[in-house]
Amino acid sequence: MTKFSLSDISHLATLSGLTLTDSEAEQLRSSLDSVIGYVGMLDELDVDGVEPVYQVTDLYNVHEDDEIIDDGVGRDQLLSLAPDSANGQIKVPKVL
Amino acid sequence: MKIQDFLDSSAIDNVKKALERAKSHSESGALISLTEERAMERAKLVDAGEISGRLKGVPFIVKDNFLAFGGPTTAASNMLKTFDAPVQATAVEKLEAEGAICIGKANLDAFAHGGSTENSAFGPTKNAVDDQRVAGGSSGGSAVSVALDIVPFALGSDTGGSIRQPASFNGVVGVKPTYGMVSRFGVVAMASSTDTIGCFATNAADADLIMEIMAGQDRRDMTTLTRSWQDSPSLSRKKVGVIRQFMADGIDADVKRATTDYVEKLKKLGYEVEDVDLDMAKYALAIYYIIVPAEVMSNLARYDGVHYGHRSESARTLVDLYGKSRDEGFELENKRRIMIGSFVLSSGFFDAYYLKAQKARALLINEFKQLFEQYDVLVGPVSPTPAFRLGENTADPIKMYLADVMTVPASIAGLPAMSIPAGVSSEGLPVGVQLIGNHHADHSLLMLAQEVEELA
Repeated sequence: MTKFSLSDISHLATLSGLTLTDSEAEQLRSSLDSVIGYVGMLDELDVDGVEPVYQVTDLYNVHEDDEIIDDGVGRDQLLSLAPDSANGQIKVPKVL
Repeated sequence: MKIQDFLDSSAIDNVKKALERAKSHSESGALISLTEERAMERAKLVDAGEISGRLKGVPFIVKDNFLAFGGPTTAASNMLKTFDAPVQATAVEKLEAEGAICIGKANLDAFAHGGSTENSAFGPTKNAVDDQRVAGGSSGGSAVSVALDIVPFALGSDTGGSIRQPASFNGVVGVKPTYGMVSRFGVVAMASSTDTIGCFATNAADADLIMEIMAGQDRRDMTTLTRSWQDSPSLSRKKVGVIRQFMADGIDADVKRATTDYVEKLKKLGYEVEDVDLDMAKYALAIYYIIVPAEVMSNLARYDGVHYGHRSESARTLVDLYGKSRDEGFELENKRRIMIGSFVLSSGFFDAYYLKAQKARALLINEFKQLFEQYDVLVGPVSPTPAFRLGENTADPIKMYLADVMTVPASIAGLPAMSIPAGVSSEGLPVGVQLIGNHHADHSLLMLAQEVEELA
């Protein structure tokens, strides 16, 4: 049975883009032990030679006509959704 | 309360009264917001004859993970608390085009992650019959809105049971259609290979009408099917299979009884009933809780505090921007699923978990396929128990997830499944029965449910 360490949780939090508090990290450590432990039952299955299924319709490479549709959504409207903007651009804290 | 009750009255009257009913039930926690102003504007247009259709002036409620105008679309999350949708979901547009009027947004588990509507950032929704119990989830608010007769129908989404289970818990009809039947455009994505859009209503005929209006190919969702809603395989062999694994010893006696009672009615309609085995049912929850968190993790990556949604005020660097915005915006259950998803997709574990689950998925799909070669409908309960108490399952994620054992199989296979009211428990709590059909059998299943409703 997989047992998660706090260092495992820290690694997964990085992959997940989450800055967890200590209490959250512990709660999630316990949750992951429990859930990953449970889903491990798939080990019982023999899936040799079975092709994986990623989607359940028979659709394949559905194409759209090369036609521009105007949804009527303007740039200003989209910018208004941004937490911070200036000069017609979305503003974010420094990158470096 | 039926749709036809509203067609002859003025839209303004319908909307005013629905809003009053909504306000009178505010302690239920069913609604996050009312879209009062816009509803009244549209009601005026309907009464002036400018908008008409099969749902002329009929008020309805939409789960708050559907983008809609008239108020914020929050997904019951602090991440999107003030999000003003620039477009509406296709499903909402189609209903509005037939004259229906949205009066408000229903509560849900944040980002639809949950089975009780206790994970909402804005408080839980209580069961329509017993306010000490959960509404079920994640579409709890929508189910309760219909059960309390606030509106005759409401929209929901079902990824692993989120329409069917609250429908069963509140005594209303809940439809999970064939995957691809209704466009998911404009609905906050959860797990893209199992997400479906459906509805709640008090009776099968109303549910059928709403689904038919919403169904259809949409160029904005390339997974939508071309076949029409009405073009449904008939249940001509009249053979029903009761899934043995769903009627096992651990299941609540009242829940089993509701299914067996319903099956007696099917026999009256000339259906032949047999017990059948869905051996892969044992693994369905494990398959689900590997695949869905992986897809959730991918779909929730877009909430990064940059373009829209919550941004942390204490972010000083880009890493902080993502990490803190997401930690502040999401509920614990959202983080749990994201973390599980990261794990099963991560290097060294991908093959053992995610890939294995997608192969196991093929086995489950094949089992259903074989059953449908002989049977027209598969029947069983919706959930192992009636509505549980508030707080009862929140401490242990597995305990909460186990409520989904009977609903996830149809989700994994993309099959239509209806939750139909089938009685009450010894404590007076509603219990539903689940009708699962082959691909595209949606309309036929609802017609069958209607036939059973009409039985004396």
